[in-house]
Amino acid sequence: MQRVITARDTGRVICRSCGLVASIGQDRCPRCSARLQSRDTQSQQKVWAWWLVGLIAFIPANLYPMLRTTQNFRTEDSTIIGGVVDLIDHQAYAVAIIVFVASIVIPVGKFIVIAYLAVLTGRAHRTDPHRLLVLHEVVEFIGRWSMIDVFVVAILTALVQFDVLATINPGIAAVCFALSVVFTMLAAQSFDSRQIWDRLEESAHHG
Amino acid sequence: MELAGGQSGKRSDAGIAEGEDVVGCTVCDAVYRLPRGMADQSTQCARCGHKLSFGTNTALAWVVSLSATNVVLLFLVVFLPFLELRSGQFGSEASVIDVILGFSSGIMVPLALAVLAFILMLPLSRFVLLIYALGPIALGTTNLPNAARALRWAFALKPWAMAEIFMVGVAVALVKLADLATLAIGPAFWIFALLVVLNALQDTLMCRHTLWTALTCNG
Ligand SMILES: [Zn+2]
Ligand SMILES: [Zn+2]
Repeated sequence: MQRVITARDTGRVICRSCGLVASIGQDRCPRCSARLQSRDTQSQQKVWAWWLVGLIAFIPANLYPMLRTTQNFRTEDSTIIGGVVDLIDHQAYAVAIIVFVASIVIPVGKFIVIAYLAVLTGRAHRTDPHRLLVLHEVVEFIGRWSMIDVFVVAILTALVQFDVLATINPGIAAVCFALSVVFTMLAAQSFDSRQIWDRLEESAHHG
Repeated sequence: MELAGGQSGKRSDAGIAEGEDVVGCTVCDAVYRLPRGMADQSTQCARCGHKLSFGTNTALAWVVSLSATNVVLLFLVVFLPFLELRSGQFGSEASVIDVILGFSSGIMVPLALAVLAFILMLPLSRFVLLIYALGPIALGTTNLPNAARALRWAFALKPWAMAEIFMVGVAVALVKLADLATLAIGPAFWIFALLVVLNALQDTLMCRHTLWTALTCNG
């Protein structure tokens, strides 16, 4: 393959916001005034910091109730997993799968993939950069879909306010879960994809 | 399209010759020379496959008009009933505003604000920023102050606008409530569905290269 010329090789910086190729040494992009950085040297720390707070928020999100349903003077708490089990009981298998994937599979998968990317790009590697990039794009694209359950809780709370028949209130887990989604989205965004190629070149030079 | 080297020669500091643009890949840092005519075609980064230009040179007017349509639709969505629920003699209608006010006590206030932001304020801000930045170009007038900043924010807000995810949430909520009460879908639901489709269409026209070039050339 033809050796690609990077902006860094030629002493220039690409604006990550608008794609302008600017000369190095400028603090901000002359076109869109975004902050310019040839490489985000702190991206690794930022990714791990957001990853960790995301994980910390994810634990109570699964332990505490998402929904508190009061019906016939009985209050029932349901967690994320409890909500999935309820849906299976109602034979709503497709919806149960949607909720399970959005609330459990995607968040857990995201923690694993971000950690994998952060570890690999932190040092010289020989992994196919396209595979890493695809993983990063998938994580960025899919992460926001975890919000489904939070929105469900919001809609149910607004609709079911019958004083006698039933009331539904959001549980503390809804807040934790929303925070966890936001933090993991920030973790994915802090990732500097350009370093996937940098470290690959380093390993090619040394081996 | 060819790779842009560093040897400047007679070229200017940024390496730009007449009749061509230098385009950088925001994903992998590769630099390309893109002849002006080629910007109308779809081009990809040779190294990472990132789309450098979408090849939609009529996109700008579409982005502006779709944004304007979406703003109107969003206002309708907020105030029209979204879902109606009936169970015996009890009944309730919920508009999107009701959904948000459902959270309005105690520790749930931040959650209410987050939902408000994700499904209404951020999509709305995005449309308004796009109209502000690109509207004058579509109308043939000069750019408004800080137009570049507005366009940058419009791109940055994209992952945080979650209208389409809210629609799936509504569908899940319908199933969960199916045996508790009778549900009717309100007009706001269908308007919101239309909005999601238009939004997806608009995103396929949001070519960074085309929009930024148009904004810069408009002076
Ligand atoms: Zn820029
Ligand atoms: Zn690239």
